[in-house]
Amino acid sequence: MFEIAEKQTIGPNVTRYEIKAPRIAKARLCGQFVIVRAFDYSERIPLTIADVNTATGTITIIVQTVGKSTSEMATLKKGDSFHDVAGPLGQPSHIQKYGTVAVIGGGLGTAVVYPQAVALRQAGNKIISIIGARTKDLVILDELLGSVSDKLIITTDDGSSGKKGLVTDALRELIQTDGQVNAVYCAGPVIMMKFVSELTRPLNIPTIVSLNPVMVDGTGMCGGCRVTIDGKRKFACVDGPEFDGHKVDFDELMDRLKTYKPEEDKKYEQHKCKLK
Amino acid sequence: MPQRDGVERSRDFKEVNLGLSEQAAIREAQRCLQCKNAKCVTGCPVGIDIPGFIELIAKGDFASAAEMVRRDNDLPGVTGRVCPQEIQCEACCVRCKSDTPVAVGWLERFVADYQMAHEEKTKPAQIKRIGKKVACIGSGPAGITCAGQLARMGYDVTIFEAFHRAGGVLLYGIPEFRMPKAIVNEEIRRLEALGVKIETNVIVGRTVTIPQLMNEEGFAAVFISVGAGLPEFMNIPGENLKGVYSANEYLTRVNLMEAYKPEGETPVIRGKHVCVIGGGNTAMDAVRTAKRLGAAESTIVYRRSRVEMPARVEEVHHAEEENIKFEMLTAPVEVLGNDKGWVRGLKCIRMELGEPDKSGRRRPVPIPGSEFDIECDVVIVAIGIGANPLLTKTTPGLKLNKWDYIEADENLMTSIPGVFAGGDIVRGAATVILAMGDGKKAAQSIHKYLSEKQ
Repeated sequence: MFEIAEKQTIGPNVTRYEIKAPRIAKARLCGQFVIVRAFDYSERIPLTIADVNTATGTITIIVQTVGKSTSEMATLKKGDSFHDVAGPLGQPSHIQKYGTVAVIGGGLGTAVVYPQAVALRQAGNKIISIIGARTKDLVILDELLGSVSDKLIITTDDGSSGKKGLVTDALRELIQTDGQVNAVYCAGPVIMMKFVSELTRPLNIPTIVSLNPVMVDGTGMCGGCRVTIDGKRKFACVDGPEFDGHKVDFDELMDRLKTYKPEEDKKYEQHKCKLK
Repeated sequence: MPQRDGVERSRDFKEVNLGLSEQAAIREAQRCLQCKNAKCVTGCPVGIDIPGFIELIAKGDFASAAEMVRRDNDLPGVTGRVCPQEIQCEACCVRCKSDTPVAVGWLERFVADYQMAHEEKTKPAQIKRIGKKVACIGSGPAGITCAGQLARMGYDVTIFEAFHRAGGVLLYGIPEFRMPKAIVNEEIRRLEALGVKIETNVIVGRTVTIPQLMNEEGFAAVFISVGAGLPEFMNIPGENLKGVYSANEYLTRVNLMEAYKPEGETPVIRGKHVCVIGGGNTAMDAVRTAKRLGAAESTIVYRRSRVEMPARVEEVHHAEEENIKFEMLTAPVEVLGNDKGWVRGLKCIRMELGEPDKSGRRRPVPIPGSEFDIECDVVIVAIGIGANPLLTKTTPGLKLNKWDYIEADENLMTSIPGVFAGGDIVRGAATVILAMGDGKKAAQSIHKYLSEKQ
């Protein structure tokens, strides 16, 4: 079960896995995620299903090595199996015909917005994609996202690829010059989603963000992923992960994401020491 | 019941009760008066022949005693440890009038443990296959019981479990020091030896639906035993500060994900001063776990008084021995945070008991002006669970009651023909033994339904 059919490095410390999971592939809708454990002792982590192949019964996840769990996961090779993959979880993306949609992916968020871009395009929308990354090497899936977009804009913090600046700069410029942006779909660092939402709020542009709180079970039984939407408590795993960006308490989410940072850093340091 | 010293045991996760010795078991069994119309049996949700198995213990035939218990109870190692015998079998024992009831629970645990230690792992006798498939959704006590009963009748049973390991609340909810996982794993192994298939990582309603199971995968009937599983929060300010957990999350991290082990990959915040809100078994489990994770002070905050606590008497008693603090007639008003967004305290108000409410218990009423703060760094909310909507909302035609629990008739059949339900998803948060009783009843109903349907 959960055999790795394909494994590719698509960026520095960024890996694409195609996993055999026929039931999940069949049931999966755009926007959903899986909860994954690489080994039988691993923690449970949520990962967006970036793509699916119902003919071969595989799902695609894209993982960046950011700590011990993802570092250990990266040692799995093609032909090895993940110990557990559970899903598809979460509400499917809300997709409708808006007109022109700006699809914005920051860092690994590009893997989240890619399936949305596919579905939005199928629904008859014009897609303008914006990818933001710190530097050229961290721009991922640009060709893939570009292939389903009418226009692709790349921004990097250091200007090593595309325009120098943030995705908000690119979005602002897009709205000011092209004018017509009827909706925004955005995924990436929380602070990025917050500023994109702040930009679109006075312009009344519907903005859908994909949230990434800490998760344990993913099925709504623990409340660990609780977020505040319009002052009300929602669970990102069963009510989300996508929400109206103008209603999200981003500051609270950013704060709660720091909960295990000391433990995570310590574990990662110990792990890296062992590897030496 | 010999048990480990309160303070010593509150530093680790090993089991508290050590179990009766063979001599002690025989002596206790001899206290049973072998009543003709034993009242204890009527107090048992699964109708175990209590005088019957106790008589066999008294004779020293422990293996047969275990077999007799297993005729009605698939999980004696579990129920012997977690059943609230004080309101069930033992409450009905005639000896209550004169001295103390026969320790039915301890004796049940004794024979279960004896069997696990001595039984040869032989292949069970060949069962005549009926050739029909039944799905049990959820591998907790209700699902396990239903699956075992149906497998013994000859059905091909598959249990679908959302988590990566089977056992349900026995695994994620009840801590190791009360419910050793080795026992849960052994019961799962027994089930698999009967031919029951267990598919983990399947969330019915998402990975596959009930209509798909019945129409595409050939399941003739389905038993929904997913548990309640929706944590309730207090809706007070500060509830999303770092360091506030639902009891479900806290216990899942510690029990299922083994965060208590030094090598555990899943973290949990180990507070120095932990407050647990609630008075049931889950609250007891959380507060005693916090102590074991190193809390200098671990406190129960409960809005009613001691006698109204729904927790098992033995758990409260054990908690006291472990130096758990109890703030009774106290309700939380606000979780206080520091400038880094972490819990620093719990603002509470004192309560007094007024008129009885719907549950028959006296309603707690706040005493104005009695607010005070408890200094703490972790708050665990154990005030109850509601119905998790994940399966119910993705199964069209499944009728729910006003609290979103599944409506089931006296045979545990739901509004969908061939789909049955039991356990907490029907009852609301209840007990392991009641869930097992439902599993047993559902198996009988499913057998009747499938036998009549040709």
